[in-house]
Amino acid sequence: MTAPAPVALKPKDFQTDQDVRWCPGCGDYAILAAVQRALAKQGVPGHLIATVAGIGCSSRFPYYMNTFGFHSIHGRAPAIATGLKIARPDLQIWMATGDGDSLSIGGNHFIHLLRRNVDIKVLLFNNRIYGLTKGQYSPTSEFGKKTKSTPYGSVDHPFKPAAVAVGAEAGFVGRFIDVDAKVGAEVLAAAAAYKGTAFIEIYQNCNIFNDGAWDHLAVKEVRAEQTILLEHGQPMLFGANRDKGVRLVGTRPQVFQLGHDGLGIGDAWVHDAHDADPVRAFLLARMEGPEFPTPMGVLRSVQRPAYDELINAQVAEVAARKPADLQKLLDGPHPWLVG
Amino acid sequence: MDGQGLAAAASHKPTETREAVVIRFAGDSGDGIQLTGAQFTAASAAVGNDTATFPDFPAEIRAPAGTLAGVSGYQLHFSSRDILTPGDRADVLVVMNPAALAAHRRWLQRNGVLIANRDAFTSKNLAMAGYAADPLSDGTLDEYQLFCVDLSRLTGDALQDLGLSSKEVERCKNYFALGLVFWLFERKPDLVLREIDQKFASKPILREANLRVFRAGWDYGENTELFRIRYRVPAASDIAPGRYRSISGNEATALGLVAASQKAGLALFYGSYPITPASDILHYLAGYKEFGVRTFQAEDEIAAVCAAIGASFGNQLGVTATSGPGIALKSEAIGLAVMTELPLVIVDVQRGGPSTGLPTKTEQADLLQALYGRNGECPVAVLAIQSPADAFACAYEACRIAVQYRVPVLLLSDGSIANGAEPWRIPDAAALPAIDPALLDSAEALNGEPLQPYARDPETLARPWIKLGVAGLEHRIGGIEKWDKTGHISYDAANHHAMVKLRQAKVDAIAKTLPPSAVTGPDSGDLLVVTWGSPWGSALTAVLELQAEGKSVAHLQLRWLSPLPADVGDILGRYKRVLVPEINNGQLVKVLRAAYAMDCQGYQRIAGQPLTVGELKAAIVEHLPA
Ligand SMILES: Cc1ncc(C[n+]2csc(CCOP(=O)(O)OP(=O)(O)O)c2C)c(N)n1
Ligand code: SF4
Ligand SMILES: [Mg+2]
Repeated sequence: MTAPAPVALKPKDFQTDQDVRWCPGCGDYAILAAVQRALAKQGVPGHLIATVAGIGCSSRFPYYMNTFGFHSIHGRAPAIATGLKIARPDLQIWMATGDGDSLSIGGNHFIHLLRRNVDIKVLLFNNRIYGLTKGQYSPTSEFGKKTKSTPYGSVDHPFKPAAVAVGAEAGFVGRFIDVDAKVGAEVLAAAAAYKGTAFIEIYQNCNIFNDGAWDHLAVKEVRAEQTILLEHGQPMLFGANRDKGVRLVGTRPQVFQLGHDGLGIGDAWVHDAHDADPVRAFLLARMEGPEFPTPMGVLRSVQRPAYDELINAQVAEVAARKPADLQKLLDGPHPWLVG
Repeated sequence: MDGQGLAAAASHKPTETREAVVIRFAGDSGDGIQLTGAQFTAASAAVGNDTATFPDFPAEIRAPAGTLAGVSGYQLHFSSRDILTPGDRADVLVVMNPAALAAHRRWLQRNGVLIANRDAFTSKNLAMAGYAADPLSDGTLDEYQLFCVDLSRLTGDALQDLGLSSKEVERCKNYFALGLVFWLFERKPDLVLREIDQKFASKPILREANLRVFRAGWDYGENTELFRIRYRVPAASDIAPGRYRSISGNEATALGLVAASQKAGLALFYGSYPITPASDILHYLAGYKEFGVRTFQAEDEIAAVCAAIGASFGNQLGVTATSGPGIALKSEAIGLAVMTELPLVIVDVQRGGPSTGLPTKTEQADLLQALYGRNGECPVAVLAIQSPADAFACAYEACRIAVQYRVPVLLLSDGSIANGAEPWRIPDAAALPAIDPALLDSAEALNGEPLQPYARDPETLARPWIKLGVAGLEHRIGGIEKWDKTGHISYDAANHHAMVKLRQAKVDAIAKTLPPSAVTGPDSGDLLVVTWGSPWGSALTAVLELQAEGKSVAHLQLRWLSPLPADVGDILGRYKRVLVPEINNGQLVKVLRAAYAMDCQGYQRIAGQPLTVGELKAAIVEHLPA
């Protein structure tokens, strides 16, 4: 499908007349605004876009987007979006989902979406909590977390969503923090341009049930020390003064101080987002504090054919060489006459 | 070898004419029983018999050879008259080993023909089948006409000089049995010979082997003293003229879906997760890509139905099929399709339940699940297929209603329909009823008014099916309750009440378009038999036979179960008794009692097998008023 020429659009063109019903201060507002800005910049009009979601606070997203929208059932957005994309490869599809929606009830659909590489952009709002059901722990909640359903602390080991995605053969993995508009814009633009399943993990603050879940890396004062912005082809440096680097020792990442122990920029791990081998992407996806800075930006962007293209190409290929004769199909190979 | 030679070879044995014959083949799953049965069926249809089949196979793919668990059966009823069932009991039973005899003997008529592969009656096989003594020689089979044939040895003899392994020789023996019964029933061998030619085109030695063995079986019938007469079942004369083919229920379902999509000008999107006995629908549809069919083998049944819903949102014809366990998984998503009022067809090929139940056996215990098995007030349209050939019309109708009314339609099939086959009068593709999806496809049609995704057609109460990708038609749908017309989210109490009633009224409105129900038999009288689904054939045959015996009985088949046709209550009221036979624990009978507050009686046998004509006749007679 050839992309239509971009048109001039404003973020406002993607707003609807619906009252936004998230709690005041919820990180979802910033994400909505970021996506509306990214879509305006991309220049694809709303009628060529569909937004699909499951259930959760985050999944209310389609109501607030002036596109075609489907707010579906808990965990099933990947399957609905897959059917829609196969039927309508001409539409750009954005999927909104939560950590519970995608990694608990919809875990199966989530991994198969990535494995198939359906051309869908997945926005996973990770607030490490079940927001809509008022504060139970989720599959990304940290071990020991006390919530309504875990008054003595959770004994569940959490998922790292990006690592699950890489393990499920994701070709595109990006990450940003709700409050970081700049990196958000970069990642969303890269995802918009990517053909295939673009998985974006968004660290989102639920100020009602899990306030401050990402403060340890999100607040301005520590962000430069606790996160690392990945750039393809660039050495991995971070810190307010960019005086720290990450290097690879065998298959183990290690943080080092520039100029110490004889280590310099030349020793830093150079990020290759297009590395076909997923091993390094997996290492990146697992890196987190306090030992490591948490990677932001595009962790992986590797192209392979999109499922919706393959399935439609196969139909087109067969249709081009076999006539569609309904009567012949009904007749079958051995019809006979009576009377 | 030429088939003409076989057919023309004048037999020196006398021939007895029969109106109809029921033959049953039974053997190990690996014995090629299903193939043998299908070939005999094709040859019978080719000489103009009416046919009906009932494959009866185990859940295990290849249970250990010789065990009861591994026995596969295939029953064929072929007749010189129009027939409606695969037959209650077999006139002829062919058994390839002791386990097949043990498992299928109960289906053989008294004084029926029993052909046994004597070579397989070894002490080991006898023990596996639970025989202490050899039934072929201990007199326990005296009530049948027993023919012991050394099938394995004779097959080996015919292939002596070909240098085949003993395994390869063993694999040919079903063709010996086929050759023998072809001779016995005067079937023309040309179809079989052609099929052997094609199947083994690249393996000349196996082609030669199978041809030889088939001929050896034929010659054996002709030349040994064992068989004194042949049987002739003339071509049927009371079959409506037309072009016919043999078709199974699953294939007819697939064809009905494709035909409807073609007529509607919509691409067919078929989402499915493999499950017995529905998988063949997926297999057929996967081969029809030239018709624009998209098949999606999903990660589970939930994904399959959700993808179909997504495709329907995207203006394709979304269809999903499964069996009972899969319907259970799909129920939440079916509710989503009810709320979003999108066209969707869900096929349930029922099997024995609950849980895994009897995966390869037939049952019709999903009726209440189909009608009510979802959270909330969640009405869908429900119709049921009555026989393999009927599946085409039902699948077509399901699509037409789904598209026209923007409702999920649940189509009930079952294992005996899915795998059974019968002749089907091929419709004229050009004459199939039109299906108009009437998409709302331009903003101009709104005349400057805001788009109302839940505006209503006054006749059908359907909402517009809105074309995606069109500027000015952007809209949002979902599973949360919504205001009528605007489609905006609504938690309003009065609106919810109105929407619940509206969704039911939409399904009820379908009844207005249904033709009057056709009763077979007197307009009123002593007893009315009401069936749905596959018991149709046995029930109708039983009623016709009792009518011929002077009984005041009639039959009504319900194709539509939701909505029920408007005239059903009146019809039921015209008979002193109403009897509802089903292969479940009494489900339609509950529905009818609730709907019409009438004292309907049920008859049930839930044994994984079709109801027989004989048992239904007995049940009807028992319920006749004194
Ligand atoms: C079948 C089903 N089970 C449970 C629920 C209840 N439920 C709604 S949202 C939700 C969890 C939401 O968490 P998440 O996906 O993280 O979204 P968030 O609200 O945090 O954005 C649950 C358990 C449901 N709607 N449907
Ligand atoms: S509960 Fe949390 S996630 Fe949900 S809207 Fe409120 S702040 Fe946002
Ligand atoms: Mg959450």
